[in-house]
Amino acid sequence: MPSTATETIEQLASREYQAGFETLVEQDTLPPGLDEDVVRAISAKKNEPEWMLEWRLAAFRHWQTLTEPTWAKVEYEPIDYQAISYYAAPKKKGDGPKSLDEVDPEILRTYEKLGIPLHEQKMLAGVAVDAVFDSVSVATTFQSKLAEAGVIFCPFSEAVQKHPELVKKYLGSVVPPKDNFFAALNSAVFSDGSFVYIPKGVRCPMELSTYFRINAKNTGQFERTLIVAEEGSHVSYLEGCTAPMRDENQLHAAVVELVAAEDATIKYSTVQNWYPGDPETGKGGIYNFVTKRGLCAGDRSKISWTQVETGSAITWKYPSVILRGNDTIGEFYSVAVTNGRQQADTGTKMIHVGNNTKSTIISKGISAGRGQNTYRGQVEMLKGAHNARNYSQCDSMLIGEDCGAHTFPYIDVQNPSAQMEHEASTSKIGEDQIFYCNSRGLDEETAVSLIVNGFCKEVFRELPMEFAVEAQKLLEVSLEGSVG
Amino acid sequence: MSNVVAAAENSYLAAFDQPGRATVEPTPRPGWRQAARDRFAELGFPTKRDEDWRFTNVGPVARTEYELAVAPAAVTLDQLEPWIYPEMARAVFVDGHFVAGLSDLDGLPDGVRVGSLAAALEGGDVTAHDHLGRYAPFDRQAFIALNTALFADGAFVAVPAKTVVERPIQLLFVAGPGERRMAFPRNLIVAGEAAQVTLVESYVGLGTESLTCPVTELAADPAAVVDHYRLQQERTDATHIALQHYHCERAANVSTHSLSFGGGLVRNDVWAVLDGEGVECTLNGLYLTRGRQHVDNHMWVEHVKPNCNSYELYKGILEEQSRAVFNGLIHVHPEAQKTDAKQTNRNLLLSSDAGVHTNPQLVIHADDVRCTHGSTVGQLDADAVFYLRSRGIGEEAAKSLLIYAFARDIVDRIRLESVRTDLEEFLFSRLPKGEIVRQAV
Repeated sequence: MPSTATETIEQLASREYQAGFETLVEQDTLPPGLDEDVVRAISAKKNEPEWMLEWRLAAFRHWQTLTEPTWAKVEYEPIDYQAISYYAAPKKKGDGPKSLDEVDPEILRTYEKLGIPLHEQKMLAGVAVDAVFDSVSVATTFQSKLAEAGVIFCPFSEAVQKHPELVKKYLGSVVPPKDNFFAALNSAVFSDGSFVYIPKGVRCPMELSTYFRINAKNTGQFERTLIVAEEGSHVSYLEGCTAPMRDENQLHAAVVELVAAEDATIKYSTVQNWYPGDPETGKGGIYNFVTKRGLCAGDRSKISWTQVETGSAITWKYPSVILRGNDTIGEFYSVAVTNGRQQADTGTKMIHVGNNTKSTIISKGISAGRGQNTYRGQVEMLKGAHNARNYSQCDSMLIGEDCGAHTFPYIDVQNPSAQMEHEASTSKIGEDQIFYCNSRGLDEETAVSLIVNGFCKEVFRELPMEFAVEAQKLLEVSLEGSVG
Repeated sequence: MSNVVAAAENSYLAAFDQPGRATVEPTPRPGWRQAARDRFAELGFPTKRDEDWRFTNVGPVARTEYELAVAPAAVTLDQLEPWIYPEMARAVFVDGHFVAGLSDLDGLPDGVRVGSLAAALEGGDVTAHDHLGRYAPFDRQAFIALNTALFADGAFVAVPAKTVVERPIQLLFVAGPGERRMAFPRNLIVAGEAAQVTLVESYVGLGTESLTCPVTELAADPAAVVDHYRLQQERTDATHIALQHYHCERAANVSTHSLSFGGGLVRNDVWAVLDGEGVECTLNGLYLTRGRQHVDNHMWVEHVKPNCNSYELYKGILEEQSRAVFNGLIHVHPEAQKTDAKQTNRNLLLSSDAGVHTNPQLVIHADDVRCTHGSTVGQLDADAVFYLRSRGIGEEAAKSLLIYAFARDIVDRIRLESVRTDLEEFLFSRLPKGEIVRQAV
C-alpha cells in the first residue's frame, strides 16, 4: 500500500471517541459493593413488590455459587464485583419527570450531543425513545400515541408497578435467572430497562427505540429488556449505546428477552458504540457481557437480530433464538469491528426444536489495529426438528498485521432431514481491489470505505434506515485503521 | 473426579509397574517415560467436561480392565490375508510388537530402515533416538502420556535423504486374539531431505473388545514427499484412540488419507505443524459408520511459517444410531503470511437416529491470508433421487448411486491404486444396491 493512504486512514482511525463527554448532574448512587442488602436497597428504591425482591434474591444467591466463565477468547483483568456501584440515578425532582420539561436540561443536552431525537417535534421520523440514563429511564416519548394502539412501551420499573401480571408471566421465561453468571448477576441487581408489550394483531405504529448511556464513574449498567409480541403482532425495536471516556473499566451486563407468539414478528436492532478504551494502552473501556435470547414460542413466528458492534473494550454477546414453534424463523445479522485493543467474542445460537424451522446467520467480523475478533456460534437441530434448515456465513476481514480473526462454529445435528450449511472465509482488502478503485478515480480512503461497506452490506441492509446511516458513519470512524 | 474413574486410572498405572514391560527410551530424553506416567496420573482420563472431549465419552475405557500385552499373541499369515496388500513391503505388529515372521521387507532401497522401533532404539539408531518424542508432547493429552509411558514397540521407518522408495510400505497393526487386550503402538516415521515414501498404516483386529492407542510421529524433512494412508478396519467392538503428528519442514509435501470403517469407539487426533515455507499439506478423510459406532476426528493444522498451503476434506456417511464428531482447527501464526488454508467437512445422515457434531474453527493472526472453512450436514437430495428415478433407476439403486457419488470425492483423491480399488469394493459391498452401482460406474 502507498503510504499516503495509510496516513489518511491513520488520521481517521486516531480520531478521538466522539461521545466521550461526561454529564455533570447530581447522582443518587449506592456505594460500591454487592451483598443482599444492596439487592434489597435497589428493590426498595424501585418500590418493588415482595415477589420481585424474592426473585432478585434467589438470583443473587444462585449467582454467589457461580464462577465467572473463562471459555471466551478474550483476556482481561479479573473484575472486582465488590468495587462496582450497582445503582446510579440522576436525582429526581419530585416524583420523576412526567414530560420533557421536567427532565434535567443537562441530560437533554447530553442526548442532543449524541444526536438522539428525544424531543417530540423531532420525532416525525417515527422513533419513540425510552432513554435510559445510567440506571433509570429518564423519559419515554410518544407513550400516548403508542397507548392508543394498545402498545405498552415503558421503563421496566414502571412495568413492574403497572403491569405486574405481564412481568410475572414473562420475566425470566427466556433467560432464566440461573442461566449464566452474568444473567444471574443482572437478575439480582438490574436497575431498569425497557418493557414492550404488543397486543394481539397489532402492528406497532412506529419503530421503538431505547438509548443507553453509562455516565457515572464506577457504575455498572444492568438493564433488562423484555419484549412480548402477542399473536400476529409486529414490532421493530432499536437499541443504541454510548458511554463517556473513563480510565476504569466499566461493566455492562444486560439481559434481553424476546417472546414471539404465533405469527408474531420481532426485529431487534442494536448499534453498540460503548467506549472501547484507549487504543494504545487498552486502558479503560466497557466490558459488555450481554445475554440476549429470543423465543419463537408460537408457530410461524419470527425473530431477527441485527447488530453493529463497534465499541466496547470487550464484547461477550450471543443473541440467540430458540425456534420452538413449527415454521418459525430465526435470523442473525452482525457486523463486529475491533480496533485498537478491542476484543470481541460474539455470535449466535440457533436452537431448532420445531418442524420446518429456518435460521440464517450472516456474520461479518472486521479486525484492525490489535483487535481480536471471534465469531462463536451454535446451530443445534434437535431430534424432533424435521426439515430444519440453516445457512451460516461468517466472513472476517483483517486490516493490519497485529490483529486476529477467529471462527468457532458449533454444529450439532440430530435429525437426518435437517439441512445445514456453514461457510466461513478470512481475507484482507486486496491490493488489486484498491488499485481498481484508484484507476476509477477514487482515492484510497474512499476505496477502503467502499470496500468495507460492500463487505458489510448484507447486514446494513437489515437495519432500519436511520440506523443504517449511523452504522456506516460509526464504521468509518472506528474502522479505518491500517490497510495492508 | 469420581472414584470409579480414579480406580480405573490406577489399573493403567499398575500396568506401568507390570514386570516385563518395555522400558527403552530415547537418549536425549532421560526419564521420559516416568515423566509421562506421572503426567497421566496428574491428568487422568478426559471427561465430557473437557472441550476437546465434549461428545466423546471415554468413561467405558477408563472403567474397563484391559490386559497389557507384553508379548505378541500367536497369529498366522493366513489370518491376516484379507488385509494384506501383497505388492507392498510389509511390517506386521501384533499387539504393538513387531513380528518379523509375518513381515516382508524385501526390495527396499539401501539405507531405508523399516521395522521395530524398540529394536532401533536398542541398536542405538541415531535417527530414532533423535526424533522420538520430539513432536507429540505428552503433557497435552492423557492418551499421549499413556502411550509414552506404556508402549512396548511400534513401527520405525527412516528414509535417507534423496531416496525414493518405489514400493509402498504397509504397516499392519493387529489386535491379537483374546479378550480385552490393550496395545500402545508407538510409530516414528522420518523422511529425509527430498526423500519420497508411501505408507499404509492399517489397524485390524482378531481379538474382542480390544483397546489400541497408537501415537504416530511423522517428520518430513525439507522437500520430502510423504503419502500416508490410515485404514481403520478393526472389529466394531474395538476401541481405538489415536494420535498422528505430522511435522513438515520447508517445501515438504505431506498428504494423508484417513479411512475409518471399523472400530466401535474411534478417536483420531491429527496435528499437522507446517514449520517451514512452501509446505503443502493435504488431510483427507472418509468415515462410514453404522450400528452404534462413534467416530471422532479432531484436527489441528498449525501454520507457523509463510507461504504454506493446507487442504482438508473430511466426509462422513452415517447410518443407524452412529455418531460422528468433527473438530478442525486452522491456526495461522502471526508470521505465516500468504497462507492458503481450506477446510471442509461434509456429512450425509441416512438415519433418523444418527447424529453429527461438527465444529470447524479458524484462529488467524496474520492478515495476508486466504482461509476458508465449510461444513454441511444433510440427507440425499430428493430432487437428485427423483431425477434418477425418472430415468428408470429404482429408488434404492438411485440412493446407492448418490451415496457412492458423495464418497467418490475422496476415492478419487487416493493415489495408491490398490487402496483405491479396495475402498471402491468396500463401498460396493456396503451399499444396498452396490452391484448396480458397480455396473453404472
